[in-house]
Amino acid sequence: MDISRRIVLHFPPRVTGQPVVYHLAKDFDLTFNILKASITPGEEGLLIMELSGDQRNYDKGIQYLNEVGVKIQSLSQDVVRDEARCTHCGACINLCPTIAFSLEPKTRRVLFDHNKCVVCGLCVKACPPRAMRLYF
Amino acid sequence: MTSGVARIIMSKTIAEINEKIKRGKAVVVTAEEVINIAREKGGRQAAEEIDVVTTGTFSPMCSSGVFLNIGHSKPRIKLGGGKVYLNDVPVYTGLAAVDVFLGATALPDDDPRNKFYPGEFNYGGGHVIEELVAGKDIRLIATAYGTDCYPRKKLETWINLKDINNAILFNVRNAYQNYDVGVNLSDETIYTYLGVLKPELGNANYCTSGEVSPLLNDPYYKTIGIGTRVFLGGDIGYVAWHGTQHNPHVLRTDNGTPKGPAGTLALIGDLKQMKPEWLVGTSMLGYGCTLTVGIGIPIPILSEEILRYTMVSDAAIFAPIVDYSEAYPQRKPDILAEVSYAELKRGHITIQGKDVPTASLSSYPKAIEIANILKGWIEKGEFLLTEPVAPLPGIESGITFKPLKERPLME
Repeated sequence: MDISRRIVLHFPPRVTGQPVVYHLAKDFDLTFNILKASITPGEEGLLIMELSGDQRNYDKGIQYLNEVGVKIQSLSQDVVRDEARCTHCGACINLCPTIAFSLEPKTRRVLFDHNKCVVCGLCVKACPPRAMRLYF
Repeated sequence: MTSGVARIIMSKTIAEINEKIKRGKAVVVTAEEVINIAREKGGRQAAEEIDVVTTGTFSPMCSSGVFLNIGHSKPRIKLGGGKVYLNDVPVYTGLAAVDVFLGATALPDDDPRNKFYPGEFNYGGGHVIEELVAGKDIRLIATAYGTDCYPRKKLETWINLKDINNAILFNVRNAYQNYDVGVNLSDETIYTYLGVLKPELGNANYCTSGEVSPLLNDPYYKTIGIGTRVFLGGDIGYVAWHGTQHNPHVLRTDNGTPKGPAGTLALIGDLKQMKPEWLVGTSMLGYGCTLTVGIGIPIPILSEEILRYTMVSDAAIFAPIVDYSEAYPQRKPDILAEVSYAELKRGHITIQGKDVPTASLSSYPKAIEIANILKGWIEKGEFLLTEPVAPLPGIESGITFKPLKERPLME
């Protein structure tokens, strides 16, 4: 059975020099879509990606990541917009690192593309009417 | 005395427009709609045909608050001079026995403020106002010093908007006529009342509804005056006075539009009639709590001149770009550039050669919704226009916006 999960990987400094994602693809036949990456060799790194493949290979891939010392945070958290509270001001638009918000040109309503959201949470506290909610 | 209203060469009167409103015959358009209609028909014909242009704005407005009379307890308590909290938010008690003032920016005593920077400011006066309007019970905790006629010293009770005697929304500064565009030239993110501003010109935030904003459609205050009936918080309100910091004497474009913050309005209305949808408790990260207020003002088209003012479009409204990391906090007059609302609304502007994404803190869709609600009220004959009882101070008033000149207490 194929599965697809969005995960957040925290790389300790000693791992940032290793080709971890290459091994995920080559050794476990997993496909990946990087949503956000901030990795500098020798420093702590962050990688948010969507990882897809056969369930058993996926589990093995996660086991491999654990073994090399990568901390995995699953995106079981979710950011949801409370439609009744959103005032469509636009304060969130330029703060989102993955451009999940956009303006509908004609009405100037703020659109939220949930698929682009990587649950970083930046919009949650920056939303003036607190319409963005983080769920665990 | 020559009032702003009397100077107009009349082609229609407010009384005539009200007669049409009562008969359901008034022609009402929004400040967005009027632009194209008047361009197609020409100013003179449009001025004859259109009776009212409705405007709107929905934006955080900090100088907002509510006077409450909570009723007398048995035995009586004198809250005046005591301490009173509504849902842990302190209110002002320097009034008579059971009158208090709840301000939009008030914070609970135990709110950490910016101790953990940037502070979240999740709950404050604006949120209490929203919950009051929503009909929720509010927890009142009070201590007083006790007098012969008001012996009680403690009071803890739930209160509800429907049960208390009065709840008067009285906002001493609303509906700013134009405003700064905030940017950040420093190398660190800053948290301002214009939102989160990213370092090195990472973004630019503006905060008016532009071509539909009330005072931008009546730049010289020729129809909006003291006593003007308006849409306030979802119901009827009135212009009580010119707002604090009202500053008519600013640089203006040829058609009169101020090129920076200028006129303001003090507005008053009955909170009991208002709706929580149009009075929204608001949290500005790292800055504080406030209230987002919905305002709509009708402009009677008394002449072609008045109509021409309402034709103002985003391309002809300019706002100053101000650095909120240095120029604003240090009260330096420096402006980085002027930019039109048409450019701002395109989503990107160029500052010092850099492409900077823009965003608004004022909701344009909600401003349009307000202008349309007000239009509907007038079309249905539910809302009549008022003759101002006195004009707002204009350019000739000599009013200026004075900075504080500090005088040391110890020479």
